[in-house]
Amino acid sequence: MTRPHDFGFDDAAQILKDTARRLLQDHCAPEALHRLVATSSEPARASECVWDEALWRRMLDLGWTAVAVPERAGGFGMGLVAIAGLVEELGRAAVPSPLVATLCSTYVAAACDTDAARQLLLRIAAGLSVSLAITDRRGSWAPEDTDVAVDEAGALSGTAWFVQDARKVAGLIVKARSPRGVGLYLVDVDAAGVTIVPDAILDLTRDQAHVELRDVRDAQVLAGPGDGVRALVAAEPALLTIVAADMVGAAEWQLQTTAEYARTRVQFERPIGFFQAVKHPLVDMMVQIDAARSLVYDAACAFDHEPETAEVCARMAKAAASDAAADCSGRSVQLHGGIGFTWECFIHLWFKRQKHNEVLYGDGAHQRARLADRLLGRIGETA
Amino acid sequence: MTTTAPSDSSEQATFRAHCKAWLAANLPPRPNFRLPLGPLEIATIEQLEYLCAWQKAAHSAGLVGCDYPREYGGGGLRDCQWIANHELKAAGAPFFPNIVGLGMAAPTIFHHGTEAQKRRLLAPLFAADEIWCQGFSEPGAGSDLANVQAFAERDGERWIVNGHKVWTTLAHFATWMILLCRTDRSRKYEGMTYFVAPIRDGVGRGVAIRPLVKMTGELGFNEVFFESYPIEDDLRLDEVGRGWAVAMTTLLHERGAGSLVTPSSGGGVGDDGETTLGAGGLIELAKRSHRNGRPASDDPRLRDAIVQMLIRQRAFAQNERRAAVPALVDHPLRLPLQHKLTLSELLQDTARLACEIEGMAATLHQTDPGAPAGGRWPHAYMNSYGFTIAAGSNEVQRNILGERVLGLAKSK
Repeated sequence: MTRPHDFGFDDAAQILKDTARRLLQDHCAPEALHRLVATSSEPARASECVWDEALWRRMLDLGWTAVAVPERAGGFGMGLVAIAGLVEELGRAAVPSPLVATLCSTYVAAACDTDAARQLLLRIAAGLSVSLAITDRRGSWAPEDTDVAVDEAGALSGTAWFVQDARKVAGLIVKARSPRGVGLYLVDVDAAGVTIVPDAILDLTRDQAHVELRDVRDAQVLAGPGDGVRALVAAEPALLTIVAADMVGAAEWQLQTTAEYARTRVQFERPIGFFQAVKHPLVDMMVQIDAARSLVYDAACAFDHEPETAEVCARMAKAAASDAAADCSGRSVQLHGGIGFTWECFIHLWFKRQKHNEVLYGDGAHQRARLADRLLGRIGETA
Repeated sequence: MTTTAPSDSSEQATFRAHCKAWLAANLPPRPNFRLPLGPLEIATIEQLEYLCAWQKAAHSAGLVGCDYPREYGGGGLRDCQWIANHELKAAGAPFFPNIVGLGMAAPTIFHHGTEAQKRRLLAPLFAADEIWCQGFSEPGAGSDLANVQAFAERDGERWIVNGHKVWTTLAHFATWMILLCRTDRSRKYEGMTYFVAPIRDGVGRGVAIRPLVKMTGELGFNEVFFESYPIEDDLRLDEVGRGWAVAMTTLLHERGAGSLVTPSSGGGVGDDGETTLGAGGLIELAKRSHRNGRPASDDPRLRDAIVQMLIRQRAFAQNERRAAVPALVDHPLRLPLQHKLTLSELLQDTARLACEIEGMAATLHQTDPGAPAGGRWPHAYMNSYGFTIAAGSNEVQRNILGERVLGLAKSK
């Protein structure tokens, strides 16, 4: 297959991105976001789930859960390039919503080849929110690792860890192990035997939980035992690209906000952006963001048009975006000086979202280690 | 990984097919002497003649100056040079030697020259019949370029030039020089005027060219002395006092858009036909190198560093790709003005890492028969400082990006 020179970013993708930018400017401006999620600085805040459900209904009205669902399953079937454009805007606004979790779940469901998975896609297109419960307690991203078991009767027991936006979603895609291999199961959050235990987390723009499953019986089989790994491997490049796009959008907000501060904050009778000790780090932020952004669209385009290269491109994008997110976060606080270190300054919201996404699905060093195994061979293979 | 364009217009598609077919049949045989790694390192006449013959052939086939009007020796096409560049790169073609001409002089003459100047100068430039060099920097005007002191004094219909230019790449081969002079000492930015100077004709008659030896021991660039050297007024570009504005056109192309005009300014093509940025290069080097008695490819820190470099290399290429998609560009100068900065640092860090991979073998000079990869990496590492310093040092590039793209207060 060939890869379009313009990444395949077409008019429909542009409209989706523009619409997202406008909606979030109107309904999730930084002041409003800070009022919503950061009214309290009490420690108890860390395990709360605060979000704007009216804004979520607007997103549903615009069909944003349907954009990534294939047309054959009742969605708009837009490419990952268009989805990346949308997610950049979610990151730029740092909006709390179950959309990122639902988009990631969509790609996993689309990689499963069962009627239950097709049904799930139809429901997602109609507005069902879903998150992935695919991580074990050790934070392993390996597709075969899970602390949930499924018995011969199809009942799930165990705990899934680090589930994103668990209290905003209606459904969970749970990875579970049986003697015949790993499968994927759709579980309703309200089903008997399901307990969502909130984690106390730093990021104020999402919630996270571990999900305890005790003999959960009415799970639907999205991928049967032995088929789960293949589906997760196929979807992983999309997951990495989506989280990377969120970080790139957030990093651009950090850059623009910090540059604006450097243009206006006066010390030594000059705007501080005059000083090269401030100017050059801002430029380095920009260079890092641009590299990551180009790699995000490259990875999305590879996923859409050249699947055999998707994994390498996606790991490169996630590595570059994770490092850019970490560096831009540090610099945004440092270059704001004392005010940047306070709760009242908005930038800590982005700082914390970035630090969360930096490690989600594996940080830069993890992605590079995986790439090294693939490109250089495993350690010890060279004679 | 191939990048083709289903969005090619029919003109572009025809042109792309032409490029592919011509390149498949007409790539020059490899010479029996060593080719330099890039156009800034051309040292011998035989290297120059080989590369000029190649550029001339490619120009005859329509792969050089494609988007310039036909009356100036161009191809009269629209938005096709990038296709030629892409196909040249894909075919592993040698670089074009007239880099200052293609990348800087041609667009400057095109934007600021008279009709007669364009008709006289551009066609031989594209065909590499006339090599160009750049007379901007001086001993006292490096990063502070606007401090040029070489002075052109009006004398009727001509100008008399006195001054001293340095770091002049290709001057010893050049017919022409783009020359920035002061014509009014009372004003800094408005006191400069831009000329095209026939320096080869002037040698011995007011022009002296002296080679400078680089830290690598090689020749390649020069200092040029002007002593009462006359230039006709019809070789002035644009108005008297507009030299700085004209120089900005040159520098914009030198720093950012060079790759839009010539493939050689983005990633040089090495003497084994592999680009110096080749992703495979570092991987293969690591697989066959031992350092501290162990395979380099087993060192976890080196593995991470190698993959980081591959990511940066890919990001650079994808930046070039994204720069051509207006919907994914926030500010028109943002990616072009990063070009020189990121490419030069990429070349430098790649070479430095390659030396690290080679371990003790990186101590061997190019002339040592045991030097891995022909000793190219320690050599490339030293030469890389030419790129991070030239065309406005990278410190100046960061100022320009901060000021022009991020709107920060000017540091000068």
